[in-house]
Order: sequence, then C-alpha cells, then structure tokens
Amino acid sequence: MELPLDFATLRLIWWGLLGVLLIAFALTDGFDLGVGALLPFVARTDEERRMVINTVGATWEGNQVWFILGGGAIFAAWPFVYAVSFSGFYLAMFLVLAALILRPVSFKYRSKRPHGRWRTFWDWCLFVSGFVPALVFGVAVGNVMLGAPFSLDGDLRSFYEGHLLGLFSPFALLCGLLSVAMLVLHGAAWLGLKAERGPVADRARLYGTIAGVLSLVLFAAGGLFVAYGDIGFRITGALDVNGVSNPLRTTVQAASGAWLDNYGRYPWMLIAPVLGFLGAAAALAGLWRRSEPLAFGGSSLSAVGIISTVGLSMFPFILPSSIHPQSSLTVWNASSSQTTLFIMLLVTAIFLPLILVYTAWVYRVLWGRSTTGALRSNPDLY
Amino acid sequence: MIDMAVVDLSRLQFALTALYHFLFVPLTLGLSFMLVIMESIYVMTRRPIWRTITRFWGVLFGINFALGVATGITMEFQFGMNWSYYSHYVGDIFGAPLAIEGLMAFFLEATFVGLMFFGWDKLKPHAHLFVTFMVALGTNLSALWILIANGWMQNPVGAAFNPDTMRMEVTDFMAVLFNPVAQAKFVHTVSAGYVCASVFVLGVSAFYLLKGKHKGFAKRSMTVAAAFGLASSLSVVVLGDESGYALTDNQKMKLAALEAMWRTEPAPAGLTAFGIPSLKDRETHYEVKIPYVLGLISTRSLDKPVIGILELVAVAEDRIERGVVAYDALEDLKANPNDVAARARFEPVRNDLGYGLLLKRYVADPRLATPDQVQLAAWSTVPNVPLMFWTFRVMAGIGFLMIGLFATAFVLCTLRRHETRWFLRLAVLAIPLPWVAIEFGWVLAEVGRQPWAVEGVLPTFLGASSLTVPQLWTTIVGFTLFYGALAVVEVGLILRAIKKGPFAEQETDAQLAAEGAPAVA
Repeated sequence: MELPLDFATLRLIWWGLLGVLLIAFALTDGFDLGVGALLPFVARTDEERRMVINTVGATWEGNQVWFILGGGAIFAAWPFVYAVSFSGFYLAMFLVLAALILRPVSFKYRSKRPHGRWRTFWDWCLFVSGFVPALVFGVAVGNVMLGAPFSLDGDLRSFYEGHLLGLFSPFALLCGLLSVAMLVLHGAAWLGLKAERGPVADRARLYGTIAGVLSLVLFAAGGLFVAYGDIGFRITGALDVNGVSNPLRTTVQAASGAWLDNYGRYPWMLIAPVLGFLGAAAALAGLWRRSEPLAFGGSSLSAVGIISTVGLSMFPFILPSSIHPQSSLTVWNASSSQTTLFIMLLVTAIFLPLILVYTAWVYRVLWGRSTTGALRSNPDLY
Repeated sequence: MIDMAVVDLSRLQFALTALYHFLFVPLTLGLSFMLVIMESIYVMTRRPIWRTITRFWGVLFGINFALGVATGITMEFQFGMNWSYYSHYVGDIFGAPLAIEGLMAFFLEATFVGLMFFGWDKLKPHAHLFVTFMVALGTNLSALWILIANGWMQNPVGAAFNPDTMRMEVTDFMAVLFNPVAQAKFVHTVSAGYVCASVFVLGVSAFYLLKGKHKGFAKRSMTVAAAFGLASSLSVVVLGDESGYALTDNQKMKLAALEAMWRTEPAPAGLTAFGIPSLKDRETHYEVKIPYVLGLISTRSLDKPVIGILELVAVAEDRIERGVVAYDALEDLKANPNDVAARARFEPVRNDLGYGLLLKRYVADPRLATPDQVQLAAWSTVPNVPLMFWTFRVMAGIGFLMIGLFATAFVLCTLRRHETRWFLRLAVLAIPLPWVAIEFGWVLAEVGRQPWAVEGVLPTFLGASSLTVPQLWTTIVGFTLFYGALAVVEVGLILRAIKKGPFAEQETDAQLAAEGAPAVA
C-alpha cells in the first residue's frame, strides 16, 4: 500500500508530536507537580492544605496521562529511544516511578483519616511526588543534551556504561533545577487562579516570584553552557531522511557548540528561547501586578519556549551517544516503520481533538476557586 | 553470552509488578460497570438509597483505583527499563496498542474519574451517570488495548522481520487488531473482572447482613451482584473455553502443557481430570481421563487429533535447524545489506529465525551449535508442565465454583431469602477466590508462553536489558517494600470504609442539619 505521506514527513510530524506531548504534560501536569512541591510551604494548616490539594484534586489524574501517553508514544513512534533511554536511565526512572506512584495514593489516602501525623505524612509524600519527578525530568533532559553513555551492537542491542550518580553533572543539575523552577512558577501561577485569595495565594506569589527569577537566571546560564561548554553533536556523513531506521548507518561526531547550529541555519527558531525568557518575565509581571491570567499565561508560554528550545537546538538529534557517537538516535534513524507512524498519526488525529474537547468540558464543570468554605459543606472534597 | 541471572531477575520483577497491578485492575473493570448499573437505577427511580449505594461502592472503587493507576504507571515504562531489546525488537507493533490505549482509553477514564468523585453537586443526575459510564468505558477499553498488545505476544500476526532494522515491523495492522487470541483474551479477562467485582460486592453485602447492619443497602447491593455475577461467571467460563479454542491453532504447546499431554491424542481426545505430571519421566502418572471432552473443546470436532508435547518438540527441532539457516543469512546481510544471495537465502526461512535464536542460550553463535544443543533448545520450548497443569485446574475449578455461587445467590435473591445465613458465610469466604483464579490465569498464560517473549519470534532471555544484578535487586527490593506498604495501607482503608458503612456520611449530614435546625426554625 502506497501511503499518502512520505517517511521523512511522518518522522518530522512525530518529532513534533513528541514535543506537543511533552509540552502538554508540562502545561497540565506541570502545575500539579508544582503545586505538590509548593504544598508544605504555601499552606500551613490542614484546612489550607486541603484547599490547595483541591485546586488540583479532581483534574491531576487526567493531566498525568500526558506523561503516560508520552511513554506510549515514544514506544510506538520512537522504539529505539524508548529502549535505550529507559534502560539506560534505569535507577533514575525507578526514582521517578516511585515518586509518581506515591502521588495517586497520597491524594486519595490523605483525606481518609483525620489524624495530624497521618495527614502531615501524606503532605510530604505529595511534596516528594511533585519535586522529585520535576527534578529528575530536568536532569534527564540535561543528560540527553550532553549525550548518554550508550552504544549499540550489530544486533542493535543497547549497552549503557554509566551509573546513577553520573547523571548529576553540573549541566544536568542546572537543567534539573531549571525544570523545578519552571514548574514551581507554573504551580504558583495556577494557585493564583484556583486558590482562594488570602494568605495562601500571597505565599504562592512570593514563591512564584522566586521561581520565576530563578527560571530566567538558570535558562540564561543553560544558554551559556550550550554556547561555551563542551556540548553538542553533528551529523557528518551523508544523510538519508527517508532511510531505514538503523542508527548505525549515520555518521556522527561530537562537536562543541553544535547545539547552536540550527539558530544560524533557521533564525526563526530563535522564537523558542525568546519565548522562554519573555514568558517568564510576563509571569513575573503578572505575579507582581496581581493579574492571575497574565501570570499563568506567562508561565505557560515560558514552559513552551524552554521545552521547544531543547528540541530545536538538538534537531535532528533525539538522543546522542557520548561514548559512541555513531550509535546516536536521530529523527531520521530511530523511528518506527512508515506504516506504524502513519497509522498512529491517524489514530492521534481522531482522538487528540476528542481528548481536548472532553478535558475542556471537565475543566469548565469544575471551574471556580477552591475555598476553605467549600471544605466544610462538601464531603466529597479531599 | 546472555547473563541468565539478569534475565531471571527481570522476569521476577515483571511477574511481581504485573501480578500486583492485576490485583487492582479486575475490581476496577467490574466495579466501574456495577456503579453504572447502580447509578442507572438511581437515575431511573430517583430513590436516595440507590444514590447511597452508588456512592458507597464508589468510595471503595476510588481507593482501589488509586493503586491500579499507580501500579499501571510502572507497567507502561517497565518494558523500556527491563526489556530494552524486546522494546526495540517489537516496538513497531507492540508500542502502537499501548499508545492507543493512552489516547482512547486511559485519558477517558482518568479525565472523567475526577469528575465522578467531585461532580456530584455540580452535575445533574443523568450527566453524572454519563460521567460514570465514561469511566467504565475507559477502563474496559484500556483492557482491550492492553490485551491486543498481549495477544500479539501470544500470536504474533501481521508482522515480519526486517533485516535492515533488525526488528519486527507491521505488515498488516488489521490482523494485529482482530487477532483472534486477543479477542478471546479480552472478553475472558473483562468477564473475570466483572466476576471479581461481583464477588466483592456480594461478600461485603453478606458481611453486613450477617452483622444485621445496613440491611436495605446490603440486600439491594446483593441483588445487583447476584445478577451481574451470574451473567459474568457464565461468560468467563464459556469465553475461557473460547480462549482454549484459540490456543489450538496458535499455541499448541501451551495446550499440550496445560493438559500434560505428552503424546498426540487420537481423535477425539480425552480431558485429563487428574494426574501427576512428571517432567523427568516425560509422562503423566495416575491419569484419570474424561473421554471426548478435550477434543470437543479444543478442535470443536470428533475427528481432529490434539497434538502432544513430544511431537511438538520434534517440530521445534526442525524449525531450529531452519532458524540456523536464517541466522546465517542474516549475519551476511548485517555485514552487507545489499547481499542479494543472502537475502534470497533468508526469505524462505525468515519465519524460523526466532527458533534459531533459541540456541543463543547455549552457544554464542547458533551456527556452531552441536546436535545436543539443538536437542536442548528444542526441549526448551516446553513450558513448566506441572505448574501449567495445576494452575489451569485451580483457575477452571474456581470458575465453576463461581457459577454455583452466583446461581445460588440469584435464586435466593429472587426468592427474597437474602438472609440465608449459611450462604452469607460462604459468600464472605469466597471473596479471595476470584483473585486467586485471575492471578493463576495470568501465570498460566504467561508461563505457558515461555520460552518466548513473543511466540516463535523472540526468546524471553534475549529480550532483557543489559542491566546488572545489583541494579535489578535494587528495584526488586524497592518495589517489593514500596508495594507491600501500599497494599497494607490500601487494605486498611478499604476495611475502614467497610466498617464505617454506607451511611457514615449521611449521619454527619444529619448531625449538621440537626445543629443548624434551630437557626432554620
């Protein structure tokens, strides 16, 4: 069967969709993670904490599916990336899983018993389940940009030669902190929209401002690393964008500063980093002027900009190898077959709009601020 | 060479996390639909007792759902973490149903489940019923896609090996979708979930009736459970038989092993009701056979034979020899992808490549295998016969018991004799049984698939990631402790909720109303 889209186009679309999924995850579940990380600090009494938890209580579960779908989509569209990265970052993945497993149970179980110690315990679990994934995701992205220490043998089996602590290099740690700052800012902006006005919202503004400033500083520092650090890869040999998905047939070299190549070639890509900065600045302005929609819009744009910057800087690389550049995974050599990409695109084209429609409906039904008053009258609330 | 310790630990971890995940899934599958039934009655009759019923079982559903989701996250990522080569080798086919599950099913249930719990005061009754239905639909569709993925591992249709990418690729997606094994597994598995939830509701209701508490609530719940459970338990057995029928074409070895049938049975084959299978003697001692039954179930005929283990091993040996030819051609193609002669040699034997790979367990290069090693590899295609034999019998036995349980419950409910005490005691005792049957069913299905990760395509031992033993022990111990603690909390909370009963919340409402009463008056 002749497919209406060629292989290269499908690969490009799926690279874009991967970005869309990651961004959707950051925009929706990102504020859940941020709220979790902020919980013990912005809310002090049990009532305040319940009020904060209920700003995300009914919707975080749907938001988290962006992450799970991200995993499934990488498996289906980029099986090499799925196979290499998850086995390579093995213990880091375990940390993330443990933290994310903790989250649903913390939400559900916290409210089931009234004792102070029981609730405080689950509050800190919610903190861990917000902070740890945010940090590790950023650290993982940092390591992807640095290149992971893996190689593929002739059977395309992956061998990884690093260890857990090796992941926490200065640049990766910087990315991890940027990720935390970005999501905490987003979480604080969300609390501005959804939490009742008062001491909690004021504390959220304070922490949000700190996170916003840190976002700007860390994002700029990351840019300096990319420009002057020993980081970047380049495809050196011939390139067949419609070629078979076999990474070993591309020639790749490590090249300092190569992550800036694309901005010279396609200057429009500079929109992404500019958005990263402007968004964070707008969020800060929104927090300052108590304009909640501006703060949330700004933090959202900032996340879009920062994540897009990573993708565009590395394009067409998805996961370079630091010890055996030849094994590097790119948009052109690490995808599924053309048939699978096409079928998955059809399925996505049908279901993604549906998801957006019913998600929007659910948010509309649940519209309005979470208040401490409601906690007393509605027995369903956490 | 492959480090078998890594393989065994990876399998142990997968078994632990998957079996644990599936403690929560069946209840979610069944209880979600029972909530739809209960809430439908509420919407039709508008009697508050049905709202109370729906909300109470909804609370228990929620506690269980949280852990089902939490442990499901592990499943989605574990293939890449622990089964890296598997993920590369079959991701082109296997990844698709997992991604579609996210798009079509998981989003649906996860987005609506929040509204189901928090939307009681925000939605009109019929709108809330719609939300509950979406949750039930989502959970069940989720099972569909997961079982399409699993069914493909049992019967890998619609795919072929591509020597350029060194992996399996889709040739016919419709065949993957309408895989008969996947369909049989889906209906069997969701029915088992419905039975599980029915037993749970029946047992808890029986507990209340025995204690003489919440009688109106318990009788109504019991009636729903009896009707839903009877239909489901009948379908789980009948459709389980359908799975058996699907096996005869696709997994002959699994059928022979669960029957401990060493030699081909002349038609019509008898079913072994009892026996002591011995791996060492390759013989089943003290067999008691029921004539005709196996032939009828598995071939739907009286004239087709059911093939035995010894004959299937001989078939495997042939395929291993052809697999070595395929392997040899593939090695040449790896060196030179444009080698036309090698491609021509590869084509006719490409479907046997997986059998050639079985030798990698005994020798690094299958082309150098001795006849003894070929023999060993051929015998490695036989799964653990006694384990299969017994798990099947326990599972099927419980299946029939469940029909008896629900038939009795149905009769008693119809006769309005809900408070028949001996039956209530039985119903409480029966609560763990569906879980036992379901977990045994998975052991049967997946141990029966061994030595393959994907039947005839990829041996399990080749699928594992290149991890180290300490890494694996870290996560196994971590998951065990973590999951263990969560299980304790979960069971504790469920028991607490049951103890508090369905009216705990109304009582506080009533108290609030009483406190507020003077002001109103």
